[in-house]
Amino acid sequence: MKKKKALLALAGQPNCGKSTVFNALTGASQHVANYPGVTVEKMTGSYRYDGMKVEVVDLPGTYSLTSYSPEERVSRDFLLHEKPSVVVNVADASNLKRHLYLTFQLLEMGVPLVVDLNMMDVAERRGIDIDTQELSRQLGAPVVPTAIKKGRGKKELFKSINSVAGSERSPKPFNVDYGPLEPYLTQIENEFSENGAAFENYPGRWLAIKLVEGDSEAQKLIREHHSTPGKVLEFIENKRQEFESKHNEKPERHIAFSRYKVADTISRSCVKPKAVSTQPLSDRADAIICHKFLGPLILVGVIYLLYYLSIVQGYNVTNYTWPLLAKIRSITESFLPAPGFIDAPLIRSMTLWFVDSINALLNYIPIFFILFGLIAILEDSGYMPRMAFILDRIFNRYGLHGQSTLPMVLGGIYVGGCAVPGVMSCKGIPCERARFATILTIPMLNCLAKVPLYVLLINIYFADYKGPAMFFISTISLLMVLPVAKILTLTVLKNKDTSPFIMEMPPYHIPTIRGVLGRAVERVWLFIRKIITIVAAIAIIIFILLQFPGLSDERKAYYDTEKDRAIAGFYQKIEGNPYAEYVQGENLMALILYWNKYKNAKMMAKGKEAALAINEKFKAENPAFFKIVQPKRDKEAKSVNKAFKKLFSARKKLLREIKKEKIDNSFLGRVGRAMEPYTQYAGFNWRVNVSLLASFAAKESSVATLGALYEQEEEGETLETRMEKGEKGFTPLHALALMLFMVLYPPCVATSIMVKIQTGQIRWMIFSMLFPIVLGTAVATLIFSGGTALELTGLQAMIAFYGLALAITIGMGFLKNKQKTI
Amino acid sequence: MTLDNLRPGSECLVKRLNAHDKLGQRLMDMGVYPGLKMKVIRNAPLEDPMELELDGYYLSIRHEEARFVEVEDR
Ligand SMILES: Nc1nc2c(ncn2[C@@H]2O[C@H](COP(=O)(O)OP(=O)(O)O)[C@@H](O)[C@H]2O)c(=O)[nH]1
Ligand SMILES: [Mg+2]
Repeated sequence: MKKKKALLALAGQPNCGKSTVFNALTGASQHVANYPGVTVEKMTGSYRYDGMKVEVVDLPGTYSLTSYSPEERVSRDFLLHEKPSVVVNVADASNLKRHLYLTFQLLEMGVPLVVDLNMMDVAERRGIDIDTQELSRQLGAPVVPTAIKKGRGKKELFKSINSVAGSERSPKPFNVDYGPLEPYLTQIENEFSENGAAFENYPGRWLAIKLVEGDSEAQKLIREHHSTPGKVLEFIENKRQEFESKHNEKPERHIAFSRYKVADTISRSCVKPKAVSTQPLSDRADAIICHKFLGPLILVGVIYLLYYLSIVQGYNVTNYTWPLLAKIRSITESFLPAPGFIDAPLIRSMTLWFVDSINALLNYIPIFFILFGLIAILEDSGYMPRMAFILDRIFNRYGLHGQSTLPMVLGGIYVGGCAVPGVMSCKGIPCERARFATILTIPMLNCLAKVPLYVLLINIYFADYKGPAMFFISTISLLMVLPVAKILTLTVLKNKDTSPFIMEMPPYHIPTIRGVLGRAVERVWLFIRKIITIVAAIAIIIFILLQFPGLSDERKAYYDTEKDRAIAGFYQKIEGNPYAEYVQGENLMALILYWNKYKNAKMMAKGKEAALAINEKFKAENPAFFKIVQPKRDKEAKSVNKAFKKLFSARKKLLREIKKEKIDNSFLGRVGRAMEPYTQYAGFNWRVNVSLLASFAAKESSVATLGALYEQEEEGETLETRMEKGEKGFTPLHALALMLFMVLYPPCVATSIMVKIQTGQIRWMIFSMLFPIVLGTAVATLIFSGGTALELTGLQAMIAFYGLALAITIGMGFLKNKQKTI
Repeated sequence: MTLDNLRPGSECLVKRLNAHDKLGQRLMDMGVYPGLKMKVIRNAPLEDPMELELDGYYLSIRHEEARFVEVEDR
C-alpha cells in the first residue's frame, strides 16, 4: 500500500542552495525552532504533493557528519533517531567532487536518499557537463538535476521524493572502498552483530567506520548499549593503533582520503571536463572587494549603508508607525475606568504602563525589519564571509572572530544599534570561545536606547563641546569592548572550545526577493514571540516596584484636603455664574476629561479644516463645556474658563507630587536610597540610582524616570532645565561617570533573554548581567572619585579616560591568545 | 615547507597535514588532503588570513592554521 505521510530531511553542505530548495518545496508554511539542548536552528515546513503529505526538516548545512560541531551532531542524530522516510541531499553540481564527500557519508548511514544536483545553471555556464544517469547508477540512488532558483527541475524533484518515500524497499547499500582498512572494519562490525538487538537501530558498517575514526559520540553509544563496553573500546583502540603504525596514517585521515579518492573517480567518470577554465566572475569581483585598499573602504561603505538604511531611515519610518501604536494606546484607554481627580484606578495605570512598555519595543519593528532584510541580503549575496576575511586579523587579536563583525555592527559599533539582533546573529560564529566573547560584549555597544541619556547629559554638561563629547561616547564603547573581550577570553572563557577559522568563500549570488523577505519576516516574528512576552512580565514587576507600598494614610488624607481646597476655591470663584450649574458634582470630572480630550485632539489635528471639524464635533458633544473651553467673547464663560485653568494646573501639580512621593517611597526608591552611600563614590545620588534600576526593563526609560523625578515647575519646561535646577551639585564629572556607567550598563531584559537563548544557559545570562555592573561601577568610581581627587574638569577627565582606554586596547592587542591544542 | 610561507600567486601540492583532531578533520572535510593541488590567491588587507583556490572553490585560512599544512612548492 502507498504511504500517505512522509518525513523528509534536507541535508547538504553550506551554500549549496538548501534553503532555496526548502522554500521551493514548502512554500509559505515554515516554522523555526531550536533543536533540543543546543542553539542550532531547526527549520520545519510541510507540503502536499500527489496525495502525499510531507513534513520537511531543513538540517543545518555541514561539510561532513563527524561529532566535532553541534550542527553535525544534530544532523546525524536526526537521521539516526527520527528515521526520515526520505533524505534529499542537495549538492552543488558546479562542485561535484567535494559535495560527494557528504553524499557518501549519508549513503553509509543507509538512509533512503534522493540526490538533488542543484546549481545546474551555474555548472552549465562554466561548461561543466554531468551525466546524471551514470551518476545515479554509480551511487545507487536517484539523482535529480535542478536549478531551483530558476524553478528548473522542481517537478521531477517532487516526483522522485514521492517515489522514494512511497517505496518499502530499503535502499541499496553503497560502500566506499577503504582498502587496507576494510579487514579492520569487518572485525569491528562483527563485534556488535554478536551483541544483537541493542544495535539494530544503527547500520553496522557505519558504526564500525565511526568507531575506527575515533568518533566520541559513537564511543558513547557503545558505553551506553554494549554489554562489555570496556572490552570493545579497548579492542577498537588497539586496532586503531595497529593501523596507524602499519600505514603511518591515522584511520580517520585514511577514511577521509579514501572518500575523496572515490569521489574523484566517480566525478571523473560522470563529468565531462570543462572546455576552458576561465577565471570565475566571483574571483574577479574579489580582486576588488578584498583588495588591500579598496576592500576596507568598501566594507566601511557597506556598514555605513546598513546603518543609514536601517537605523536612520528606519527611524523615519517609525514616524509613520508610531501613530498606529498611539492609537492602540488610546483605544485601550477608552476601555479602562476613567481617572479620578487625584487618584487613578490601579487597573488603569497598570494597563497603560504595560501598553507603553510594549509599545516602546514594538516601535523598533520597522527598524528591525529593514535591518533583518539587509542582513539577509548580505548573507545570500555571499558578502558576509568577505567581511569576516577582511576584519578577522583585528578581531582575532582580541579573542573575537572575523564573523563577529556583523553582530558588532548590529549592536551599534558607532551609535544606534540594538543588542537583541546583535546577540541573535552571533549564532553564525563557528568558534565557541569567540562566540561567547562576542555575545557577552555586544551589550556594551551603544544601542539606540542609550542615546537619549547621552544626549540629555551632553546638552546640559558638555554644551560647549557637543561634537567631541558625542564622538567620545560613540567610540569609547568599542575601546572597552575589545579589551574586555580579550580579558574574558583569557579568564572565564579560557576553557571554551575553539574552532579553526577555515571558511569557504562562496561565489557571489544575487539574492532572491522571496528569500530575503521571508527571512526578515521570520526573524521579526521570532523577536516578537520570544521577547515581547517576557518584557511584558518584567514591565509589570517594575511597575509594582515603583508603585508600592504607595502613600501612607496620613499623606493620602493630606492630599485629599488639598484636593478639596482646590475644588472649593474653584466653586467659590464661579458662584452665581450661569455656567456653574454645568460643572457641579460628577460633571466637574467630566469637564476635566473633556478638556484633556479636546486639547489632545487639537494637538493631533493638522491644518485649519481639521481643527474646525474638531471644534464642531466637540460643540455637538457638549455645548456648555465647549463654551467653557472656548469662551470667545462670552464674559461669563471666560471667567469660568480662567478659574478652571487654575484648578486644572493645581490638579496637575498634585498628581505630580503624588507620583514623585510614590516613587520616593516605593520599593525601588528605597533601594535607590539604600544604595546611595555606596554609589556616591561614582557620583550617583538616589534619583539616578532609581532611574538606573528602572532602566533594566528598557534603557529608554532611564530618561523617562528621570523626567518623573525632576518635577516640572512650569508648563513646557524641558527636562534639561529641570535637571539643571534640580541638581545644583551635579557637575560634568558626575555626568561623565553616569554616561560611562550607561555604556557598561547590563543588557536589558530583551537582550538578557537573547543571551540565554544563544548561550543555552541561565548562568551565562546571569554572568552577562553581573560583570557589567561591577565593571561599570568601577569605571564610574574611577572617573568620579579619581577625577575629584585630581581636580579634573569633566573634559579633562574625558580626555584622560579616552587615552587610558586607547592605551589598554593597544596593549591588550599584543597579549598572546591562549591557543588550545590543535 | 608549510603553507603559511607561500606568497599570493604561488601554487603548491599538499604533502601532509600535521594537525590532529579538529583542525585536521576540518581541513579534510573542506577538501584539503594530501595530493591536492592548490593556489594561494591573496592575503587579506591586513595580511591575515589568506585565501586559497582548490578544485574550483575558495577557502580562507589563518596563517597560524596554515602552518600545519605541509606543501611542496611548484
Ligand atoms: N544560480 C543558482 N543559484 C542558486 C540556486 N539555488 C540557490 N542559489 C543561490 O545560492 C545562494 C545560497 O543559497 P541558500 O539556499 O541560502 O544556500 P544554503 O546555504 O545551502 O541554505 C543564494 O543566493 C541562492 O539564491 C540555483 O539553482 N542556481
Ligand atoms: Mg541556508
